[in-house]
Parts: sequence; C-alpha cells; structure tokens
Amino acid sequence: MLETLKFYMNFPFVRYALIVGVLIALCSSLLGVTLVLKRFSFIGDGLSHVAFGAMAIASVVNLTNKMYLVLPVTIVCAILLLKTGQNAKIKGDAAIAMISVGALAFGYLLMNLFPTSSNISGDVCSTLFGSTSILTLTIRDVWLCVVLSIAVLVIYVLFYNKIFAVTFDEDFARSAGTRADRYNLLIAVVIAVIIVLAMNLVGSLLISALVIFPALSAMRLFHSFLKVTICSAVLSVICSLLGILISILWGTPVGSTIVAVDVVAFAICWVIGALAGKRG
Amino acid sequence: MAYLTAKDLTLGYENRVVVQNLNFSVNPGDYLCIVGENGSGKTTLVKTLLKLQEPMGGSVELGDGLARNEIGYLPQQTIVQRDFPASVREIVLSGCQGRAGFRPFYSREEKKLAEENMARMGITNLANRCYRELSGGQQQRVLLARALCATRKVLLLDEPVAGLDPKVTMEMYDLIRALNKEGITILMISHDIAAAVHYATHILHIGSKIFFGTTEEYLASDIGRLFAGHSEKCLEKGGEAHA
Ligand SMILES: Nc1ncnc2c1ncn2[C@@H]1O[C@H](COP(=O)(O)OP(=O)(O)O)[C@@H](O)[C@H]1O
Ligand SMILES: [Mg+2]
Repeated sequence: MLETLKFYMNFPFVRYALIVGVLIALCSSLLGVTLVLKRFSFIGDGLSHVAFGAMAIASVVNLTNKMYLVLPVTIVCAILLLKTGQNAKIKGDAAIAMISVGALAFGYLLMNLFPTSSNISGDVCSTLFGSTSILTLTIRDVWLCVVLSIAVLVIYVLFYNKIFAVTFDEDFARSAGTRADRYNLLIAVVIAVIIVLAMNLVGSLLISALVIFPALSAMRLFHSFLKVTICSAVLSVICSLLGILISILWGTPVGSTIVAVDVVAFAICWVIGALAGKRG
Repeated sequence: MAYLTAKDLTLGYENRVVVQNLNFSVNPGDYLCIVGENGSGKTTLVKTLLKLQEPMGGSVELGDGLARNEIGYLPQQTIVQRDFPASVREIVLSGCQGRAGFRPFYSREEKKLAEENMARMGITNLANRCYRELSGGQQQRVLLARALCATRKVLLLDEPVAGLDPKVTMEMYDLIRALNKEGITILMISHDIAAAVHYATHILHIGSKIFFGTTEEYLASDIGRLFAGHSEKCLEKGGEAHA
C-alpha cells in the first residue's frame, strides 16, 4: 500500500490535491463552531447552492477561471442573506430557502440549455459532489486556494477574540462598544470564501458537512472555545487527508469519502464524549 | 451631575409603543431597582439605555464622564449561551473587549483584571470549567465578573436572580450590595418588589402606572403601597414558614 502511495505522490496533481485539501479542511473547520452556535448553519447550506448556480453560469459563459464569478456572487448573497436574517419582517429561513432552491434550479436549467460538454449529468454531478475536480487542479488553482486560505486564517486569528465575543453574546458585545454588525458581515464574507473554496474539494452539496461535522465532533470532547477550535481544525485536517488518500487508493469519489470519514470521526467523538460524561 | 438621565423616553418596537414618557435619572452611587410585571418593558428599557435599540421618542443622556461602553451589562439569559463551549476564564476575559478596542489580543493588564474579578466573585477555582456545566448561581457570578471587567462605574443587571433558589438568590443580592458599597452604581431589573425595596435607594416602577423616586417615596405612594404592601406580606409568610 505504501508503495502505491509513493507511486501516486510522484504525480503533481496528487500533491496539489493534498495541499489544497489540507488548507480547505483547515479553513472550513474554523468557523464551524460559530456557524453552529449562531444558527448560521442554514446560511452555509443556502450559500453552497448559490455557489452551484454561479458555477453553472460561469461554465455556460465559458469563463476560464470560474472563481472570478463564483466568489463575488457568493459573497454578495452571503451579505444579503445575513441582512434578511436580521430583518424581522421577511422570515430569514424562507428567504434562504427561496434563494438556495432557486439558484439550484436555475443552475441545473442553464447547464441543460447550454451544455458545454456531452456529459451533462456528469458535469452536474461533479459540481454537486465534487467528484473529480480536486484531482484536476492546475497550479493557478492551487495558488488561488493558498492565497485565499492564508487570508482566511490571518483574519480568523486577528479577529478570534471578537468572533468569540460576538458569537457568545452579541448584546453584551454591542454594549461594550464592539461593532457586532461589522463582525457579522466579516463572518458572512469569510463563510462565502470558505464555501467557494470547499466547493473544489467536496462539491456544493457536501460543504455544510465539511464545515459542521468537525465542530460538532470537537464540541463532544472539549469545553473551551479555544480547545474546540483547535480540535476541530486538527480533526478536519486529519479526516480530509484520510479521505483523499482512501479515494486515491481505492478510487472512491473524493468529496463523499471525506465526508464519510468526518461522519465516522463524529461517531467516535460522540462515543468518547458519552463515556467521559458518564465517568465525570 | 447624573450618570444617566432619561427625558420623555418612549420605548417600543416598530409601531408598537411599550412604555411612554419615562423620566428618571441615576446618580453616582445609586442603587436603582426597575420593577414591573413580565412584559412591561424592563428589558426594552435596558436595551435602549445601552443603545442596543433606538428609543421611539425622547432621549437618554450620559453625564459625569460616563461613556456608553463603560456600563457593565448582565443580560437576561438567552438559549444560545446554554450549550456554548466556553470556559469561565474565556467568558470573563471577553468583558475586556471594550477596553481592548481594535487591538486583536488581550493585554497582560486585561488578563490580570479578569483574574481579579474572578477572585472578587469567588469563582477562581472554576476558571477552567465549562460555563454550561455550572449551576445557575455560578453562571450568574461568571457573567457578573465579565460585566465588572467592562466597568468601574455602572452595572446594569437584567434579572440577575431569575431561576435561582432562595439561598443563592440571597447570596447574589449580598454580592450586588457589596459592589454598591464599593462605589459601583447599580441598575437592577427585578420583579421581586420585596427585595427591591429592601436593597435599593431608588425605585423605577413601569407598567400601566409609572413611578420614579426614592424607596421611601415609593413605599409612601399609592402604587408602592399596592405592590410593596402585598409582596411584603408574602415575604413575612415566607419568613414564618422558614422559622
Ligand atoms: N424584539 C421584539 N420585537 C417586538 N416586540 C418585542 C420584542 N421584544 C420584546 N417585545 C415586546 O415588548 C414588550 C416588553 O418586553 P420586555 O421589555 O422584554 O419585558 P420585560 O423585560 O419587562 O419582561 C413585550 O410585550 C414583548 O412582547
Ligand atoms: Mg425581561
């Protein structure tokens, strides 16, 4: 098995996939806790559908780098969703459902009306489940991913204390003079960036899993924000690495393999947490 | 000069008025209790004082060198907090966020302040514990320590004893009184009128009738006799039962 792995490591696309996979896993796990606790997880889900729609448009107009369209569209939608979520008149959930299902339908429609290849269902499938795109990365994709990931990491570290404060107690944060609305905006933009990045790795349908499972697993084991954050980052990286390696060795689809490993890790953490809880 | 002055304050949401024409002021060293039935608008008043929401009419003025982010706030508990993975130390330290401003990390002085306030509230031994596993009384002490990190002047407490058992409630009241004796101005929401008239120097009663004045004036007023008289009887009965 090691021999096979060594053999595969000679290919640049395998190395790229591993680098990108680790970075995306790291970024996506960071905001998981905030997303879960702020009841923002549905925004993540809605945004991934928007990203799918934007991806479809980008394929139809034949953009060389689809990111240039997908990223801004997703960011704008993240901001819109956040704003409507705060508006008491339009129910936030309904708006999200409308936007996300609408984007999904339009994306699929466009892909069918203006097919860019003979294998439409293959295209759709790979956009939804990210089946092979991670193994077809060019060096430019890798660089874009590296730059965006580093930006996300730096922003997260610099604003860690503020993100904690706004997530834990928005009213108190605002009473202490923290501009909670700006930080919510920042969180929404970062989530959008992460979703677009993660789409390469697991496809748009499975992004929420990548974001939320490591956080939920870590919350079973640890009880301080810092430890949960670190643990979910470590778990996420390990699961992604394992997932990618398994998919290379056995030829399973990358995205769903990673998510499957995440689910197994969650089950293990849940059992450990339950046992520790009984003892303690 | 007063720390806080409310002039013809009207509170509400969108087009629904909750309370109208509030006039009161809070001076340094005061212990003001805001009383009133559930839904009478006490939390709404507190949020307006903190500028978390805008008043529908009138104004809140700050004076005597008090800045708005120098008010320590203890919110009414929300559901999100209950399953949040956070240690006591992390939460208390987040009380320093106003001091830290745009600085991304807390300074050594701020960390020391957090330790001091944990000691003051008697929760140093809980520093590494998870907030959600603490008892109700311990949780309120954590939030009080956090509020103390934000202020040396004014504390605004929204139902700090809600859901606590009688013994812990008394401890909480004693703790708050001790802080007031140290010179911290207290604004406390409560619907326990008996405790309010026992501890507070001033009473603000909101509801269908509004009253603001010292505790003596309140006890002598019609509305005060109606509410306080009744709850004092309850307190006496409770006392007999204990004895
Ligand atoms: N976010 C809100 N939007 C609309 N109405 C609200 C909101 N919050 C509270 N209210 C209403 O305002 C009134 C006062 O509420 P509140 O200030 O929480 O009362 P109290 O704290 O005295 O129990 C209630 O009738 C409540 O239904
Ligand atoms: Mg209230």
